[in-house]
Amino acid sequence: MSIILDHINYVYSKGTSDEIKALDDVSMEIRTGDFLGLIGHTGSGKSTLVQHLDGLLKATSGHIYYNGEDIYDDDYDMKGLRGKVGLVFQYPEHQLFEEDVFKDVCFGPRNLGMSEKDIELAAYSALKAVKLPDELFYVSPFHLSGGQKRRVAIAGVLAMKPEVLVLDEPTAGLDPEGRDEILDMVKGLHDEDNITVVLVSHSMEDVANYADHIVVMEKGRVHMDGTPKEIFSQTEELERIGLAAPRVTYMMYELKRRGFDVDTTATTISEAVNSVIGAVWNA
Amino acid sequence: MLRELTLGQYYQTESRLHRLDPRVKLFGTIIFLISLFISQKPSCYVVATVFLICLIRLSNVPFGYMVRGMKAIVFIMMITVVFNLLFTPGETLVKLGVITITIQGLKNAIYTAIRLTYLILGSTLMTLTTTPNDLTDGLERGLGFLKIFKLPVHETATMMSIALRFIPILLEETDKIMKAQQARGADFESGGIIKRARAMVPLLVPLFVSAFRRANDLALAMEARCYNGGEGRTKMKPLVYKAWDKRAYVILIGYLVLVVLLGIFSPV
Amino acid sequence: MYIKRVMAIVETKDLSFDYIRRDDEGNVSSVNRALNDVDLSVEKGEFIAILGGNGSGKSTLAKHINAILYPTEGYVLVDGENTSDETKTLSIRQKAGMIFQNPDNQIIGSIVEEDVGFGPENIGMPTKEIWERVEEALKILGMWEYRKHSPMRLSGGQKQRVAIAGVVAMHPKCIIMDEPTAMLDPVGRKDVIRAARALNDVEQVTVILITHYMEEVVYADRVFVMEHGNIRMTGTPREIFSRVEELEELRLNVPQATRLAYELKKRGLSELPDGILTEKELVAELCRLYSTI
Repeated sequence: MSIILDHINYVYSKGTSDEIKALDDVSMEIRTGDFLGLIGHTGSGKSTLVQHLDGLLKATSGHIYYNGEDIYDDDYDMKGLRGKVGLVFQYPEHQLFEEDVFKDVCFGPRNLGMSEKDIELAAYSALKAVKLPDELFYVSPFHLSGGQKRRVAIAGVLAMKPEVLVLDEPTAGLDPEGRDEILDMVKGLHDEDNITVVLVSHSMEDVANYADHIVVMEKGRVHMDGTPKEIFSQTEELERIGLAAPRVTYMMYELKRRGFDVDTTATTISEAVNSVIGAVWNA
Repeated sequence: MLRELTLGQYYQTESRLHRLDPRVKLFGTIIFLISLFISQKPSCYVVATVFLICLIRLSNVPFGYMVRGMKAIVFIMMITVVFNLLFTPGETLVKLGVITITIQGLKNAIYTAIRLTYLILGSTLMTLTTTPNDLTDGLERGLGFLKIFKLPVHETATMMSIALRFIPILLEETDKIMKAQQARGADFESGGIIKRARAMVPLLVPLFVSAFRRANDLALAMEARCYNGGEGRTKMKPLVYKAWDKRAYVILIGYLVLVVLLGIFSPV
Repeated sequence: MYIKRVMAIVETKDLSFDYIRRDDEGNVSSVNRALNDVDLSVEKGEFIAILGGNGSGKSTLAKHINAILYPTEGYVLVDGENTSDETKTLSIRQKAGMIFQNPDNQIIGSIVEEDVGFGPENIGMPTKEIWERVEEALKILGMWEYRKHSPMRLSGGQKQRVAIAGVVAMHPKCIIMDEPTAMLDPVGRKDVIRAARALNDVEQVTVILITHYMEEVVYADRVFVMEHGNIRMTGTPREIFSRVEELEELRLNVPQATRLAYELKKRGLSELPDGILTEKELVAELCRLYSTI
């Protein structure tokens, strides 16, 4: 069970003077149960890539297989795919439109043609999953705070009961607590509800903290593909394409250079703490 | 798809047309539009075509870029052409069942298509070569006399130029919201008219909300930068006629006179 | 000891502000206190950071300094002028420029240079001087080579720098930046913060930076932490970030290096000093205290 991208190319404004090759021979696999971090700087093709995963953009050439089925087959159920691969766009709160929160969350499941009872159940459990307080279920989404709106919008996608949840910069513009809340919630969905997660992010720290598989995009190509430790150990290569390893990793390198016996593959605070403590006590 | 709309947008390059005073360009656009409606004689259209080609060449805007902007209105044009083709009475040319196409109808359809195309190309050419700021200034100065009648010329002109600046941003936004709703299973493409109209709600509500928010933000930003209406404002690029502008006026008037004379005296 | 009294560029006293929501008939339906007795004084040339979670009132405070909102109670003085005095509004807005979060919604011109000239035009500056100011501002922000570009085609960080140039062209004494980096990618964020620091260092412009990115606060002279419309903490970044638990209660975070030092200290490296701000400092302290070489 997985999503396989097989030599995907995508060209914007094909055949015109400002033709842009947004994806260039992208091949990768998103395995079921993955927590995939997709990184790369603005314009590297990440957002274009994720829009292919649920068929919103159709590759100029190449194939995408969802659980072994080619989604570009003529008789493939594209609407069904949009239910299975839930895509949360950047600033998803901009898509809210209904008069109350609950109705808005029902929009997705209703489009999928679920029964009225299932729709309401799905909406209810989705709102619970994003930890929205019950008293806000029937207020206008436009009266909520920024962080709450964001969670309602994510619930709108979750209500479709996706097997894969794709989030494009879900924490953009939120304050630290809002950021942690969203990411912890996503982690919960991954760990407890076995949802496969694709997280597009600019923050190396977030990706290091949550992802177990990282794909680095650069100029429309898959530049690196591996575990966080594999990726973040290549600091020079990351810097060459304008990215960086998490800040703690750099610090570990510096400590190592100064004679501490620390683990330079540490990418998170807790790993770094353990390693530094160990090095200091052993010295 | 939507991002290809070039109508009303500025195309940045260097050209004689770009440097021309916006008042001249406004005047020129009006002259050109008038010339299209003066007469239906082919000779007039030939002159208008030559004139338009010269202007496009002068503007340094790639022709392909301009044409792409027209795609969006092809639909409206088709309707007009078909109406003209089918519903103009006159000598029968072809008869297919209930459909009758007349010679006059064919003529009308062709002329309407040419007129509409030229009309749009002409006005697009103006916006492509004039920044919204210049356009505002041009309108404000060109229509300044209306202030005597207490018409809010400055405000209207400013509003127009801001609207033009926000067209691409809102188009991008439309595209984004559409995709976001499609990702939630929304279907904008199938079903009858009523179903499609209802399917627009999830697109239009967020779009309006966003437009209002942007408008509010922009108003704040303008105020924060000391905007206080047209009163006491100076210009970074004050409009001053140069020699070339004056020549352009002469050329424009010459063109109009030529079309009028052809319209009256030309045999074809 | 002789203490030189420097005049404050921004001063608020007992500043309170209520957002009043009215129902359809115009009756007051709810009153929301966004600022509560805020006393604050910013001196010329300072780099101030205001921290706070969403809804802490920091944006409301920013809008008071630019005379976009007026106090319900108390007063705000900008360079000695009261913002509630309508005759002073334009002068205050010129002295205290403002940068907003969304770069798309604050750029008015359709060419970079025209946008930068918008402010100077509004204050009725002669044409020649507008051009000088525009050139100067664009050069300071490193956007001179983009002067003929359409802002649409710039990156977020570049757009924000154009917006800053637009304010700089008015020769403000103070610039208030309301989460200028919240919508930018890491590269854009770095650009904008670098620009803000350069304005402060080189041009001696007072900068008030509102943010919730802790790493951006490290370079400030003083930090104010806000919550529920009140100022909860004041001090240098080092003082503020020594108080990790308090910050957490206020829904805030600390820079990565501070967090790491704090955790290490909890785990027994008790000699580490409080308020470590950067990775460099932490490495230096670890070497000083624990290195065996």
